[in-house]
Amino acid sequence: MAAATHRSTSASLLRDLRRLGLFTAKRVLALVVTVVIGVYLTIVIANMGGQVDDLRMAQIRSEVAEQVRGDPAFQELSAEEREALMEEQVQLEVERLRLDEPFIWRSLDYLRQAVLLDLGRAEQMHSDAGSRKVYNIIAERLPATILLFGTANLLVFFASVLAALWLSRRYGSRLDRAAIALAPSSAAPGWFYGIFLILLLSFVAPLLPSGGMVAAPPPEDPWAYAASVARHMALPVLAMFISQIFISIYSWRTFFLIHASEDYVEMARAKGVPDRLLERRYILRPTLPPIITSFLLMLIGLWSGAIILEQVFNWPGLGTLLFEAIGHRDTPVIIGSVVIFAYLLAATVFLLEFLYAILDPRVRIEGGQR
Amino acid sequence: MSPWLQGLTRLRQYPSALAGLGIIVLLVAVAIYAVTAIPYSEARDLWRSGEAWQDLPTSAPPVWADRLLGGDAPRTIRVATDDVVMEQERYEGVRLQRATLPVEFPYGGFPQEVNLFVESQFDDRQPFVRLTWRTPDGEAIPLGARRVGESERISISQDRQLESRLGFAPQVGLFTDAAPGTDDPQVRQGTYELVIEAIQFEETATLDANLVVYGQVHGLFGTDHKRRDLAVALLWGTPIALAFGLLAAVGTTVTTLIIAATGVWLGGWVDAAIQRLTEVNMILPLLPILVMVGTLYSTSIWLMLGVVVVLGIFSAGIKMYRAMLLPIREAPYIEAARAYGAGNARIILRYLVPRILPVLIPTFVTLIPTYVFLEASLAVLGLGDPVLPTWGKILNDAQAQSALYHGHYYWVLEPAALLMLTGLGFAMLGFALDRVFNPRLRSV
Repeated sequence: MAAATHRSTSASLLRDLRRLGLFTAKRVLALVVTVVIGVYLTIVIANMGGQVDDLRMAQIRSEVAEQVRGDPAFQELSAEEREALMEEQVQLEVERLRLDEPFIWRSLDYLRQAVLLDLGRAEQMHSDAGSRKVYNIIAERLPATILLFGTANLLVFFASVLAALWLSRRYGSRLDRAAIALAPSSAAPGWFYGIFLILLLSFVAPLLPSGGMVAAPPPEDPWAYAASVARHMALPVLAMFISQIFISIYSWRTFFLIHASEDYVEMARAKGVPDRLLERRYILRPTLPPIITSFLLMLIGLWSGAIILEQVFNWPGLGTLLFEAIGHRDTPVIIGSVVIFAYLLAATVFLLEFLYAILDPRVRIEGGQR
Repeated sequence: MSPWLQGLTRLRQYPSALAGLGIIVLLVAVAIYAVTAIPYSEARDLWRSGEAWQDLPTSAPPVWADRLLGGDAPRTIRVATDDVVMEQERYEGVRLQRATLPVEFPYGGFPQEVNLFVESQFDDRQPFVRLTWRTPDGEAIPLGARRVGESERISISQDRQLESRLGFAPQVGLFTDAAPGTDDPQVRQGTYELVIEAIQFEETATLDANLVVYGQVHGLFGTDHKRRDLAVALLWGTPIALAFGLLAAVGTTVTTLIIAATGVWLGGWVDAAIQRLTEVNMILPLLPILVMVGTLYSTSIWLMLGVVVVLGIFSAGIKMYRAMLLPIREAPYIEAARAYGAGNARIILRYLVPRILPVLIPTFVTLIPTYVFLEASLAVLGLGDPVLPTWGKILNDAQAQSALYHGHYYWVLEPAALLMLTGLGFAMLGFALDRVFNPRLRSV
């Protein structure tokens, strides 16, 4: 009897895993197609009307002219000969960069490079390690962004879900009403609160650093280094926390209240199921997929907000990089960042789908048919 | 009573909705005032011109901020030769003009700068001007003599020679009776005089002078680093912010709703295509793309608006509307409409869309501040509209000039307060509307 149950559970686990795998594979394929289209759209937008090509042509011309004029070997040449030489050099360069081909072919080439994360070389900028490759420049900044936004989002998520559960139990209390009244404060984005926090906690009362990631010079000791990073992270995390927390509490509270009034919950309550168990099994478990969805949707929204928050706090992440790239008008870096952002969003969406597949029993039962 | 009217009556029960509505009405009133008081083109030119602002102090906080903290910082004093009588004496071949400009100085702080703007008209020979400063107890301090051109700025406070003579920076030394080199000179209050003596070599030549003693504070809103009065930008920022927020919110929600309804009604490949497009759109990062467009093409606010709307059409909202519309699709009244021969467009626009419009209203109202802040975000990144003054651009200027570091808190706080007010007004109204129009929320 016991062995039979065991066999059937392992068989069903295997079946579940197979279906999960199938489902994941399908979704990955769909997402890859989506990413490719998204990146291609980015490239098309970046090249709209061929203005970028014109810019590059002008740049090539001036560079070639500079080179030819500066080279003493060509000093003897007459004006016409020099002109012809320049023209020849420009043609060579155009051919090298394949600017003479129609945009559609080049765009496909750009697409291949972008999808393979071969983002080309920066025009002006370089990574702290000295590399001119856009990929290296971005890769250097990515961990800082993930550290800051991961911390802040996880904090907001868990704090708001717990607070909302707690408040939904005390529905109508003064605290509950205060949380609702504070919800409109989330109309302002994190960077906005950041400005106030910098003003209050860095200038009026100098408690925390106003920007940057570590103290200068960075401490040698890894623990001291971590402490310094934590101190620098405090204000941006707090800014994001303030801007997100009340709206999250509000929406979760409403969500839980709606679910707490479902018939099966009432039934369980009437049977005398303890509150804790009720919350865990009857409210949280069935609402888990939408909770995850909204958490990841929030992440998607925040990737964009990151740019300005980082810039306000001078946090050396992707956002600041993009801002610097704007300053330098460094097109490859800007396009590269957009592509990376698209990848991050796609990864978030994929995570969403995957968690959904694990959490939502329907996916398993229907074998990926949704 | 129609459901709309009913909803509005219910809205009265929410004090926060009324407060929000009050704020919005106030902002709209300010916007209308701004547009009528200073026309669009005038505001644009005014904000970009340097000349219009030459007699305002740089980075001066508002007057009330100083007075509230018990300060007695000077305001700007302007005295022109047009306000006083000009004496004239004739000699052989020359004329001697003489004007005394009184400067009433009752303040506790020193002025920021002292400039004299001179304009003269002559054919050949430039007039020769001698300036003398007279303190309240009659002491005369010579400020030098020079030939002046047609339009000239004499920066008295930048006169290095005078500074070494006085032992203080001129704007301090001219207004104190402390011994040269004293650490903490005190202001001597009273009426000062600037005596301008001009020697004219031509019969018809004229001379107009305008003395500006720059204050440390200015007006209701203060000035920025280019001497511009922030009032203009704060005032004109209002209609721009409201217009941007409103147009973007209308543009995205209405198109999204119509597309969702079209997909639901037509089904098949149209629906599938819309769904896939939504998924592609979900991974297109809005702000980086805006940044890219702003850097590569133009930062015109109207182009940004267009991009926001285009990228917002296939937003995640489509999925939500779709879920709401799917059950409605099978409703008997739709079937009735088909029975009388209504076309696709008619069913979508007249039967499907209005049905979920009430649900859309709160979303729409809460979206407006999102876009207002988006515009500010772009401006803070340095991608603000190149010609128009907006709240975000003030913040950007303030940040570029390290306003917080230098203690110019007003410069950041004023646009921030307006942004916050806009955000709160719309959000408070939106949240209340949400409860009124979403029946599921009514009981909670």
